[in-house]
Amino acid sequence: MKAKDLAEEYLFSGHGFCPGCSVPIVLRTVFHVLGQKTIVVLTAGCFGTNSGTFPISPINLPAYNTTFPSAAAAASGVRAALEMLGDEDTNVVAIAGDGGTFDIGLQALSAAAERNDDFIFICYDNEAYMNTGIQRSSATPWGAWTTTTPAANLKNQPKKDIAQIMAAHRIPYLATASVAYPEDFQRKIQKAKEIRGFKFIYAFAPCPVGWRFPSDLTINLARLAVQTKIFPLYEVENGEKYHLNIEPEGIPVKEYLKMQGRFAFLREGDLEQIQENIDRAWQKLWQKIASP
Amino acid sequence: MKKLLTGNSAVSHAVMLARVQVISAYPITPQTTIVEELSEFVADGRLKAKFIRVESEHSALASVAAASAAGVRVFTATSSHGLAYMHEMLHWTSGSRLPVVMVNANRAIGAPWNIWCDHSDSLSQRDTGWIQLYCQSAQEALDTVIQGYRIAEEVLLPVMILEDGFFLSHTSENVDVPEQKEVDAFLPPFQPRYKLDPQEPHTFNIMADPTKFISFKFAAQKAMEDAQKVIAQVDREFKSRFGRGYGSMTKINLADAEVVLFTLGTAASTALEVVKELRKQGKKVGLCRLRQFRPFPTAEICGVLQDVRKIAVLDRDNSLGAGGILAQELKAALFALGRRPKVFEYIAGLGGRDITPQDIQEIFMSTLQKPQPPASPIWIGVEK
Repeated sequence: MKAKDLAEEYLFSGHGFCPGCSVPIVLRTVFHVLGQKTIVVLTAGCFGTNSGTFPISPINLPAYNTTFPSAAAAASGVRAALEMLGDEDTNVVAIAGDGGTFDIGLQALSAAAERNDDFIFICYDNEAYMNTGIQRSSATPWGAWTTTTPAANLKNQPKKDIAQIMAAHRIPYLATASVAYPEDFQRKIQKAKEIRGFKFIYAFAPCPVGWRFPSDLTINLARLAVQTKIFPLYEVENGEKYHLNIEPEGIPVKEYLKMQGRFAFLREGDLEQIQENIDRAWQKLWQKIASP
Repeated sequence: MKKLLTGNSAVSHAVMLARVQVISAYPITPQTTIVEELSEFVADGRLKAKFIRVESEHSALASVAAASAAGVRVFTATSSHGLAYMHEMLHWTSGSRLPVVMVNANRAIGAPWNIWCDHSDSLSQRDTGWIQLYCQSAQEALDTVIQGYRIAEEVLLPVMILEDGFFLSHTSENVDVPEQKEVDAFLPPFQPRYKLDPQEPHTFNIMADPTKFISFKFAAQKAMEDAQKVIAQVDREFKSRFGRGYGSMTKINLADAEVVLFTLGTAASTALEVVKELRKQGKKVGLCRLRQFRPFPTAEICGVLQDVRKIAVLDRDNSLGAGGILAQELKAALFALGRRPKVFEYIAGLGGRDITPQDIQEIFMSTLQKPQPPASPIWIGVEK
């Protein structure tokens, strides 16, 4: 893919995201594919806070900021309004971080998925409350440092498996996505755009500030997450039909972990434990992919 | 056409007549029958609307607020804990300047659990930036919902319409249901001044920094002040078309009254009978039933009550440590007067306890007899 092939830009400078942040790459990818006929619902979190300061908006799409728990509910409302106005073409996309998806937004998200309301929900997962200064969420991985899981009390619970939770809703389309694989990401947004009903796109979003890595390594880390099987790229149709998009090389997870300061406090044996957990999760996923 | 309708059914009929386009709601007693009936209207095609069956009141208001931002007329209804659960969205909706209309069937808030009427739920949301109109009859509830859309869409503030749980929500009355074409003439289709539009993209509710935020709040304050006039104009126009008007308050025998009972909602119907009876006995008593709680009609209240010697405030609510909310609001409004009426405070009817004619008669007699108000409000109906 060449730069000239990129579509119209809808997110402009002045947005305020940190240097090296992956979230604007997620947003630009989504907006490139969805195009001008799109209404964006956003909520508290890195995107909500960095969506401009009055009177300047960096988003050249109609966008509605809502309260932290409400991204999915608001998107349902926008879609219902468009239906009443006879508008069948405009895309509705709700965008939330891991807090607005896994934690405070989960109730409204589950409800909209169960109703199979017609919009795309994008989760950009940077694995903690980064906007408020790196507090653990239920998306924070086991063994990670955050300001509320300090070195002496690292996160002692595994990350919530949001993709499986959403698959259990039997939604028409669910996909994981990575900024390291832009063609795959774009294809998934295009597919979501063409399907009616509820679509969940789960985007991995490395955070240089919160994960403690140099800001020029964002894409490298995103790629390593896929290749270590920490964040496999796959799709699920109707909660049943699994499809693997990128065959991971199976690079040892320590290559991924050692690049990040948040994993600097792991004790002896923890690396092996994490590798074992990742291998087990991969086996479970592989069973679903391999079974017809 | 005359129909026998409960307060809740009157509301459902008004929502249908207002041609609401998106409804979202979560069941809670005593509101539930409003949205049950609206579900029927939508299902059988009498109302062309989308009904979003959400998982919580927070999502109910979040979804209709967003639908309103997308340019359609919206409705939701709730009660009690549901309204409390909406608290964040109440602020958000008024801050977003969205013309949402909501009915709250007044109900006590737990703990302990209670499903019956009092006004603690809506009065404790007085600072969330919503217009609040308290109804006394099923007819008034129907008429106020229709008026509510005119008001909300003119001033760009949300309107909360209050009806006493069970006493009004579940009590059948004869209601004059206007013809659709008459309502259409009074309430044209919603023409949003601002909306989410791919042809003209804007970001709603963007960050306003400390130099800007206060200006947004001042603009909303001005809109709420303008609402005083708009509510009155809409009510006058409604009266000229439909023959019914309500004003910001109902005033009974105020001119020569020694004691005026000041209250909200259906207790005023009971009080009216007591006033008639006491007048027969030569007692100079009057009644002021406040309909418009937000914006608080301070100037009008001062005008009509300045010559009254004593006001008995009947609060169906209590703010722990501060007393009845209606009494607090009234006292603040009267403070500007040089010679102020004496305000006697009564707390009654919490959690649906009946406010009987005897209770109201005792309030009048005790207020007439006492030269000065007691140091703290008098509670009626507390078990010894």
